[in-house]
Amino acid sequence: MAVKSNIKNMVLSLTLVCLVCSVLLGGVYNVTAEPIKKAAAARTAASIARVLPPFESEPQEHRTELGGVQFVYYSVEGAGIAVVSTTAGFGGPLTVMVGIGEDGLIVNSVVLSHSETPGLGAKCAVDEAFRGQFEGFDPASKRLAVTRDGGDIDAITASTISSRAYTAAVAQAYEVYKKVSGNE
Amino acid sequence: MSKLQILTKGLLKENPTFVLVLGMCPTLATTTSAMNGLEMGLATMFVLILSNIVISLIAPVVPDKVHIPVYIVVIASFVTLLQLLMQAYVPDVYETLGLFIPLIVVNCIVLGRAEAFASKNSVVDSALDGIGIGIGFTLSLTVIGIVREILGSGSLFGWKFIAGDGILAFVMAPGAFIVLGYLMVLFNKLAGKQ
Amino acid sequence: MEYLLIILSAIFVNNIVLAQFLGVCPFLGVSSKLSTATGMSGAVCFVITLATVVTYLINKFFLVPLGLVYLQTIAFILVIAALVQIVEIVLKKISPSLYRALGIFLPLITTNCAVLGVAINVVSKEFSFAGGAAHFLNLGEATVYALATSLGYGLAMVLFAGLRERLALNEVPASFKGLPIALITVGIMAMAFMGFSGIV
Repeated sequence: MAVKSNIKNMVLSLTLVCLVCSVLLGGVYNVTAEPIKKAAAARTAASIARVLPPFESEPQEHRTELGGVQFVYYSVEGAGIAVVSTTAGFGGPLTVMVGIGEDGLIVNSVVLSHSETPGLGAKCAVDEAFRGQFEGFDPASKRLAVTRDGGDIDAITASTISSRAYTAAVAQAYEVYKKVSGNE
Repeated sequence: MSKLQILTKGLLKENPTFVLVLGMCPTLATTTSAMNGLEMGLATMFVLILSNIVISLIAPVVPDKVHIPVYIVVIASFVTLLQLLMQAYVPDVYETLGLFIPLIVVNCIVLGRAEAFASKNSVVDSALDGIGIGIGFTLSLTVIGIVREILGSGSLFGWKFIAGDGILAFVMAPGAFIVLGYLMVLFNKLAGKQ
Repeated sequence: MEYLLIILSAIFVNNIVLAQFLGVCPFLGVSSKLSTATGMSGAVCFVITLATVVTYLINKFFLVPLGLVYLQTIAFILVIAALVQIVEIVLKKISPSLYRALGIFLPLITTNCAVLGVAINVVSKEFSFAGGAAHFLNLGEATVYALATSLGYGLAMVLFAGLRERLALNEVPASFKGLPIALITVGIMAMAFMGFSGIV
């Protein structure tokens, strides 16, 4: 190497590199901040569109507390609300967005993130036969629990815990709905 | 070494996965499907090429004793750059690969090439080396992804050709180790090491 | 109780090498002898726990308030590199015998992705244990989680080193020699560890 390793050179080169890198990254951060926000908003909007009937107005974000846990939900004029609900699955947290129409029926639900076993519990995110059971479900007249626990939801074969977690997430979202809609 | 040799050595002779056995963590963790493997390979290649170029430029003026920290800062900057760009333009891919994008910082391939090649060679050669090794890594990950996806999910690049499930173990952790082990055997056979 | 669940989950269910694929390079690299494997595990344990606590605090009191979370990767790797250096210097001064045992492994730990992986995971991921509510870890839980995770690393490493010492004595086909057969062995070990999944 051409440059001697004395204290002055070492400190100088490290400082310079850190300075240049942080200035560049700061710049890139400012440029990408807007697209990152937009991408996140687009993801949320796409999920809301999947769990609620077609709507035209802008979804409004709200926060509420139920049993010491913070919940985020989106209200859409003329369509209903979409609640983000997290429960413990088999492999870790399972986050589901649940759309509840203005008539109090569940419209649809979609998994936002999960760490369930691929091919087994992870099916709850894609298995139409399982997820379809929640479409148009009326929690007022039927019970939101898997059949093994005396409810009206058929669990995915070999994935009772994941199915239970998913069902619990929907039930929890319904509790949030009851609280915020004043239907207690 | 000719330019062509520098570019192609990453494919077989110095293949980062099967010969040098570097960067095992993303190799095993992100190859649950062919597409995931390909995406992880490309992300690593992006950092590898840029860090190789910059490091070959600054190497002559970096004092010997602090060269490792300086290289790490350069690599980490490119990884952060990659993270920001992915979050902005391909958020779904970023979500799938998750933790393994920031972990490119500690991928031994990137620091290894910086230390072993870029710091001693010209900018053009270093860029070619980055491309070559990057392609080698991407191809290896895609191949592992293809095998695991076919056996584990009965599909290829998302196109399903078997109804129902595959052999689930291959999508899970044990399958990753076993597929890599057998592919290495195959590679050894084909490369004529024995 | 919560802490016990964290420990069981981190050591067995989500074993850092066999289920999360972190720190695989040194896992394969230094596991051919039981004695080096033990040394490396000790050093990793020490660094992972220390690094997780320090990066947790830096993230909470520095990066988050200043809105610099996007610099997390750079900040964490620099902290880890500096910590490893400091540990090396301190150990050399206060306990030369421990330094001799762990010393040669310390420089390798900076690029062990288990260290950075655990540090990032702890501050960015929600955890849930035994059906409890998902939440971000507090400092106490993070410390226990880091310690347990690194113990899991040690466990996998020592077990594997034991297997490899036996493996070295056996005849295997030429093209399986070395890493391929080792990888297949790890695969079978990972299968055994999958038996723990779902218990917590």
